[in-house]
Amino acid sequence: MSSALIELLFDGLLETLVMVGVSGGIGAAFGIPLGVVLILTDRGGILQNVPLNRALGLIVNAARSTPFIILMVAVIPFTRLVVGTSIGTLAAVVPLTIAAIPFIARLVETALREVPAGLIEAAEAMGATPLQIVTKVLLPEALPGIIAGLTITLVSLIGYSAMAGAVGGGGLGDIGIRYGYQRFLPEVMLAVVAVLIVFVQGVQSLGDRLVRRLSHR
Amino acid sequence: MIELRHITKRFAGVSGSVEALRDVSLEIAAGEIFGVIGRSGAGKSTLIRCINLLERPTEGSVIVAGRDLTLLKAPALRAARRDIGMIFQHFNLLSARNVFDNVALPLELRGESRAAIKAKVEPLLELVGLADKAGRYPAQLSGGQKQRVGIARALATDPKVLLCDEATSALDPETTEQILALIKDIRDRLKLTVVLITHEMAVVKEIADRVAVMEQGRVIEQGKTFDVFTRPQHATTRSFVADQIGFALPPALEKRIAADPDHVHAGLWRILFTGPHADEPVIAALSRNLNIDLNILHGRIDEIQGRPFGVMVVQARGSEAQLTAARQFLATRQLHVEDLNHVVRPDRIAV
Repeated sequence: MSSALIELLFDGLLETLVMVGVSGGIGAAFGIPLGVVLILTDRGGILQNVPLNRALGLIVNAARSTPFIILMVAVIPFTRLVVGTSIGTLAAVVPLTIAAIPFIARLVETALREVPAGLIEAAEAMGATPLQIVTKVLLPEALPGIIAGLTITLVSLIGYSAMAGAVGGGGLGDIGIRYGYQRFLPEVMLAVVAVLIVFVQGVQSLGDRLVRRLSHR
Repeated sequence: MIELRHITKRFAGVSGSVEALRDVSLEIAAGEIFGVIGRSGAGKSTLIRCINLLERPTEGSVIVAGRDLTLLKAPALRAARRDIGMIFQHFNLLSARNVFDNVALPLELRGESRAAIKAKVEPLLELVGLADKAGRYPAQLSGGQKQRVGIARALATDPKVLLCDEATSALDPETTEQILALIKDIRDRLKLTVVLITHEMAVVKEIADRVAVMEQGRVIEQGKTFDVFTRPQHATTRSFVADQIGFALPPALEKRIAADPDHVHAGLWRILFTGPHADEPVIAALSRNLNIDLNILHGRIDEIQGRPFGVMVVQARGSEAQLTAARQFLATRQLHVEDLNHVVRPDRIAV
């Protein structure tokens, strides 16, 4: 393997790391609270508000049903507003984040739903406020599930980030398409896929290990 | 300590509203262990949740320690709930917290300092016998140990009332007994008022000072446990009590008696041993003094709330005059006698 190829792959990996890390981080920062709100406002939730729940659910579903490649192009004006440009790695972070938020929200919602209702009832019987129920009961009890959800999200984002080449975002996927596919360099394609496999494996087993560490069920 | 006034609770169901509680009124005195028994669906679970307003009654008022909880706003209600501890059938411990942190939770919610929490939790773990398990997680504990954690947690905020929601229903009989003994011990030491709901009459017999029997959202009978056990008024109560105190004739025995053509000529009596003469050797005296043959078919002698209580089914063979004399003799000892000959028919079960 030539040093040029290694350098290329390294840069691509770095770009992928930035795209996935930043969008995953910001996605979690918005997606986790959104998932909590979805649970709390659901029918029978401790802050039941069905109209709000329906509205949020609709937005989440709409965002999730838009194919990522279309989403990326559709939000270009917004991207320009946020990062000042519609081209490059940072510009790719914006649509990736927008895709990550509803994805994480649904996975967090599912994880929170697994918390037995009896625990919430017990906390209410102790005189816990809704905020305390979220911070002391719901989130800590669902943490293993949330971590598992975030792991899935990161792996999906790695896949999505391959499309970031369409807006000049770079990253491993972009290298694979441009060098491997368009320039008929199968060894580059192979190398990219190999790096991606190792990367995804790493993320997944790190996530699994964290879940095991945190779960006391 | 607790007063429920005309509580009605309706739930919106698929086909109209369902009445889970219908005009229930109860008074529970301070320091008392009050049992509520009923089959599943009788409304007892809703009833106990009305005491700390986990369920808000549709009508009626809930007065705990002199305050009507139904009138309180959310923050005041949360504060009031800290005076009411609760334990659950499935323990409801946080799986992500160890034993110490589970017991610490209500104190954390109240904003206590780490030092204050430690000073409170450690004696509580001592009290429930789990001092050596502070670092374990709930998944590593047995059912009985989990409920002990539940009890310690419920006591952390020094409540005046302890609500037990089927607290022993998920435990084996031996563990049940230990947990009930613990609850009783805590009541005595901390002068708690305890309300427990259960579908097991054995639990009520073991621990309750008074008991209410529920059916279809109503309290159909209530009174001192001894009285309800020895003189059940309602058919449902009778069937609850029957297995517990040997009230019912075993079906096989009933068949045997029915098959005996002579049985109609003998007395078949159920004698209830209560009152001042419950301890006396009545059967022996009866047999010796009146010279009749008494065949003890079935019986059970027990203690309810520290008072002796027995049920005995005997067949008495003798002349008409002897049998009448025997019944008079039993009447003078204030023992209740019930004639069972008419109920021993193959087509019905005696209760």
